[in-house]
Amino acid sequence: MTAASAGVGGSPAGIAARSDAEPQYNEQVIRYFVIATVFWGVAGMTAGVWLALELAFPALNFGIEWLNFGRLRPLHTSAVIFAFGGNALFASSLYCVQRTCRAPLFGGPVVANFMFWGYQAFIVMAAVGYLTGVTQAKEYAEPSWYADIWLTVVWVTYAVVFLGTIARREEPHIYVANWFFMAFILTVALLHLGNNIEIPVSWFGAKSYPVASGVQSAMIQWWYGHNAVGFFLTAGFLGIMYYFVPKRAGRPVYSYRLSIIHFWSLIFLYIWAGPHHLHYTALPDWAQTLGMTFSVMLWMPSWGGMINGIMTLSGAWDKLRTDPVLRFLVTSVAFYGMSTFEGPLMSIKPVNALSHYTDWTVGHVHSGALGWVAMISFGAMYYLVQALWKRPQLYSLRLVAVHFWVSTVGIVLYISAMWVSGIMQGLMWRAYDQYGFLQYSFVETVAAMHPYYVIRAIGGLFFLAGTLIMVYNLIRTARGDVRSEVPYVTAPVSRPATVKPA
Amino acid sequence: MNSSNAHKKIERNVYLMAVLILVTVSIGGLVQVIPLFTIETTIEPVEGIRPYSPLELAGFNIYIREGCYNCHSQQVRPFRDEVERYGHYSLAAESLYDHPFQWGSKRTGPDLARVGGKYSNEWHVGHLIDPQALVPESVMPQYPFLAERPLRADDIADHMRTLRFIGVPYTDEMIENALADLKAQDDPFADIEGLLARYPKAVVADFSGTPEVMEIDALVAYLQVKGTLVDFTSYRPEQFRQ
Repeated sequence: MTAASAGVGGSPAGIAARSDAEPQYNEQVIRYFVIATVFWGVAGMTAGVWLALELAFPALNFGIEWLNFGRLRPLHTSAVIFAFGGNALFASSLYCVQRTCRAPLFGGPVVANFMFWGYQAFIVMAAVGYLTGVTQAKEYAEPSWYADIWLTVVWVTYAVVFLGTIARREEPHIYVANWFFMAFILTVALLHLGNNIEIPVSWFGAKSYPVASGVQSAMIQWWYGHNAVGFFLTAGFLGIMYYFVPKRAGRPVYSYRLSIIHFWSLIFLYIWAGPHHLHYTALPDWAQTLGMTFSVMLWMPSWGGMINGIMTLSGAWDKLRTDPVLRFLVTSVAFYGMSTFEGPLMSIKPVNALSHYTDWTVGHVHSGALGWVAMISFGAMYYLVQALWKRPQLYSLRLVAVHFWVSTVGIVLYISAMWVSGIMQGLMWRAYDQYGFLQYSFVETVAAMHPYYVIRAIGGLFFLAGTLIMVYNLIRTARGDVRSEVPYVTAPVSRPATVKPA
Repeated sequence: MNSSNAHKKIERNVYLMAVLILVTVSIGGLVQVIPLFTIETTIEPVEGIRPYSPLELAGFNIYIREGCYNCHSQQVRPFRDEVERYGHYSLAAESLYDHPFQWGSKRTGPDLARVGGKYSNEWHVGHLIDPQALVPESVMPQYPFLAERPLRADDIADHMRTLRFIGVPYTDEMIENALADLKAQDDPFADIEGLLARYPKAVVADFSGTPEVMEIDALVAYLQVKGTLVDFTSYRPEQFRQ
């Protein structure tokens, strides 16, 4: 345990013991990032629901160019990944790094504010570009050259602030959450630079052409694309897990040694998995096989992280009954375990032959995005708003529980609809009739999707509704309101029934 | 334990940790990407592959602008059902001049790698303007504005120069004639001898029936050349082995 307690120098006990000499943390910029997270979350999820409705009812495209699916879809993906997820990562990483290092942000408030406004400017630049048709046509890397350069400036600032804060830490050890945040920040920088080598047609125009073409551009793009998942949506959010789950549960991280093993193996293996997006394409077989092999191996470190997160609740499982915020955090880790099992499964070539190009992929992404990324962000937001606005409690824990169930139902509707539609469409494409002809025309398989697209849209609406409940709860919390409601009983169930809440 | 002690060195030194992270995450990418530029068999040598004509290039850029890749793949996999539905499986050489590749990741609509020549120009124009009028079950958005907007093509030669800079073999002659070729491809009465010499198999037609070159003309010209450049009757399958 000596190693463990040293390794988690910023654990709850460690901070509480020395809170008398708390440094001047920069909390203002984190409040900004929290507000941005919630704002972009609502915007991105609304766009998602709208897109789901467009697929169910194509008349909703209205023939208007900036409302069309093709232009709105990158807006949705970028808004939820980079705007909602990105701001959640900024907020939580900058909160975590100051406290676990016992040092204020490196660079001071001016640099911090530049980082905030610079990142929001990038989001707006990208979004305006998508709607007006400025895109590189590379999924999750659509912004054109000028936005890419701007993001590079902002991201380097982020890296300097984050690493600089660690460099001036008071604690001898770098806390495990910060390893993950570091890997996320550094690798995303590498991916962004590597995938956006492009030449503008004119310095006064938005259009640029990526230098790589064809098969090489495909490999580079999915090296980037899969690791946007691996480092932005996984390593970064594992950083959130490693700080907020122990904090909320009041327990130290389950295993220090497991943290080390799964950290290094996760970041080493993830980077190889990109080619599983290109199975059976013109990408050479050796690259496909490498991608598949490493994707399957990736299952192990992923579950190492899941076990470390969930087992952190050892001795505090009863809190799941009384703390719906912790329920969000833990359920998200369970979803992480589920999607990191599904991912390796889908990377196996014969499975991929069925799943690729279908809604199964979309469902898989959303079990990770809604179940893991969004849910752990919700948990972190509930925690952060209470902490940053210095409130003794949330406006309503009961509403957090309502949010939890509404969003969980939404996820279940969403992913089961996509499993059914994806597998069904994959099977219909390859079905033969008794005479040896293809049984279905393509459009028959499209028509068969309709009911599932409607269910998916309803699932998305549930999830969005849950988020709006959170927004209401967070605003009331920030204002200092407390809802009069039946509190959660914190006493053990075995106590006599005469015990009443104070 | 020794390994824990070793790790203590790393987790006490932010610079060491940053360098080790960068080294660890670099290996996989380097191993997978670099050989694709050096191994000669990555792209099969086939005849017929050429850069896009100016009008097709403008169409390629509209395809990108409208985000068609979000719902259409351009990559036929070597499965019996896909080859029967779409045609010969895709070769790496066929996207050699696509900056970037348009292989896609989702088939909300069908694969378009070999859509060229499958439907008439009139079908494409009508279908783009109102897909549900021709395919009632379709969930494709409507693109009437493509037929109403003249193609902005005065900088098409700049686009070709940029692409030449990054490896697309546009000749001086092609760039000189860029705008004339672009207009000629949309005009069945134009002198197209030079155009077809420079861009064999380019589909020449007054696609949308307007004297002016509209955006929809460029997009249809692009779609009509998709997958038509390689003559598969002159190859045996083993020649495509990588």
